[in-house]
Amino acid sequence: MTTIQTAVGPEKTMVLNMGPQHPSTHGVLRVLLELDGENIIKADVDIGYLHTGIEKTAEALTYSQAITITDRMDYLAPLSNNLAYCLAVEKLLGLEVPKRAQYIRVLLTELTRIGSHLVWLGTHAIDLGAMSVFLYCFREREELLKIFELVSGQRMMTSYFRIGGLSVEPPVGWTDHVEKIVRTFPSRFDEYEELLTKNRIWMGRTQGVGILKAEDAIALGVSGPSLRGSGVDYDVRKYFPYSSYDEFDFKVQVRTEGDCFARYMCRVGEMRESLNIVKQALTKIPPEGPIKADAPGIVPPQREKMKTEMEALIYHFKIFTEGFAPPPGEVYQRIESPRGELGCFIASDGSPKPYRMRMRTPSFVNLQALQKMVEGHLVADAIASIGTLDIVLGEIDR
Amino acid sequence: MTDTPDLEQNPIIAKIRDWRPEAIAELIAFRGELTIVIYREHIRPLCEFLRADSFLAFTYLSDVTAVDRYPIEPRFELNYHLLSMSRRDRVRLRARVPGDDPVVESVVSVWPTANWHEREIFDLMGIRFDGHPNLHRMLLPDDWEGHPLRKDYPVEGFR
Repeated sequence: MTTIQTAVGPEKTMVLNMGPQHPSTHGVLRVLLELDGENIIKADVDIGYLHTGIEKTAEALTYSQAITITDRMDYLAPLSNNLAYCLAVEKLLGLEVPKRAQYIRVLLTELTRIGSHLVWLGTHAIDLGAMSVFLYCFREREELLKIFELVSGQRMMTSYFRIGGLSVEPPVGWTDHVEKIVRTFPSRFDEYEELLTKNRIWMGRTQGVGILKAEDAIALGVSGPSLRGSGVDYDVRKYFPYSSYDEFDFKVQVRTEGDCFARYMCRVGEMRESLNIVKQALTKIPPEGPIKADAPGIVPPQREKMKTEMEALIYHFKIFTEGFAPPPGEVYQRIESPRGELGCFIASDGSPKPYRMRMRTPSFVNLQALQKMVEGHLVADAIASIGTLDIVLGEIDR
Repeated sequence: MTDTPDLEQNPIIAKIRDWRPEAIAELIAFRGELTIVIYREHIRPLCEFLRADSFLAFTYLSDVTAVDRYPIEPRFELNYHLLSMSRRDRVRLRARVPGDDPVVESVVSVWPTANWHEREIFDLMGIRFDGHPNLHRMLLPDDWEGHPLRKDYPVEGFR
């Protein structure tokens, strides 16, 4: 798409090309705006600049190998992507994951949610002119990345969740670092709120801007904090609990205004709730116990067993050469990623590679609401609206 | 959710049977997920019915996706993942589409969210949607040849 079908006509309006290298588009999003003065008459979104064919690539990889490419879709929340994919394959296999692994998964995905919201808050604030919040947010995110590095060896492309459990036992004393975060972060969130929530400029830039009504949001398939900011309490963790979320006590953050400020408040509230879940998970995680399901042929055997047991050696060889074959069928597993409903659809034909792997990514669907939010408003508000949707282009284009 | 013996008691199936009994081609229950296979000419009216029905209230369309079963005919399967927020229920509708005439009626008029999903399927799978307001390529350039997610499209692309 190179041009826009103008609504009024070129003699009265101007077409402004925003992106794909515009800093406030958070990646490579291109928006074509038809302007009458400073008012947006029509907005057209052009995506695809980061398309790498991840869904096609997955068809050529075995089920275990495909975990690594799920990291690369939503690069701000790799663990959420891992979780959606692993849960889908486990559902396909009918595999039960040990409780300890489930709790650790919950803990880490909630930390991921905080980390992702921190990046969102920092960049959104910088878009609207609040520079210092960005620096604070990235300082805190660094501590979260240290935990991911501690458990998985990677700061970002973790691939820590594996089919049937976790990849390795977390190191001794890792929970001390998490406890430190639980202790220190609430005051940090207060700091951000001090900088923004009652800030007159912030309120002016976000209140009443980019309004999305509840019925429009549902019709457009918007999910996550962007939907809850419009007064709909849809949260997959509550509606269709997965990975033992039903055992945790937390509140879903809902605001009814539907503007950028409501979505901001939802996300800040969600960070506090996530810390609350992390705190509960810390008490629930047993100090010892299996982190992988007992499923020979699917979950790689322990190194020690491979040296003493013939079967373990054979399974190890088979898993890493040809993989394992789930029964034919289709599953759709939805989870609540930081951005909304992340769905993983897998069609299996009984071979060791996914016949079709489809990711329903929340950013892709949420971005459709942009048109509704900006048309009839000012260009400067479009920046606020793009920021408030919390898009990640990696997961939009896949 | 639904196991095979309970299929007949399922309110969704009962409602569809009342509405248009000839629409259902097959019922599949797998891993607690219900799939209703319907004939493709019923897809838009059925979606409209399921969304508008005050009890079922499938107001939210989670996802639309396609699978290519090449060389089996009809080669394409379209999967619609519907969600009812009031009943906390979900269902998958499936329509099979032949390869020589890959056309389905668009559901954009039912759920506007289908707009981009259908454009993406058109782009990557080559299924056309009748009545779609803006059926252009979504992710690939306009002059791209072929539809990459089809099974007869090589992983490394045409060279």
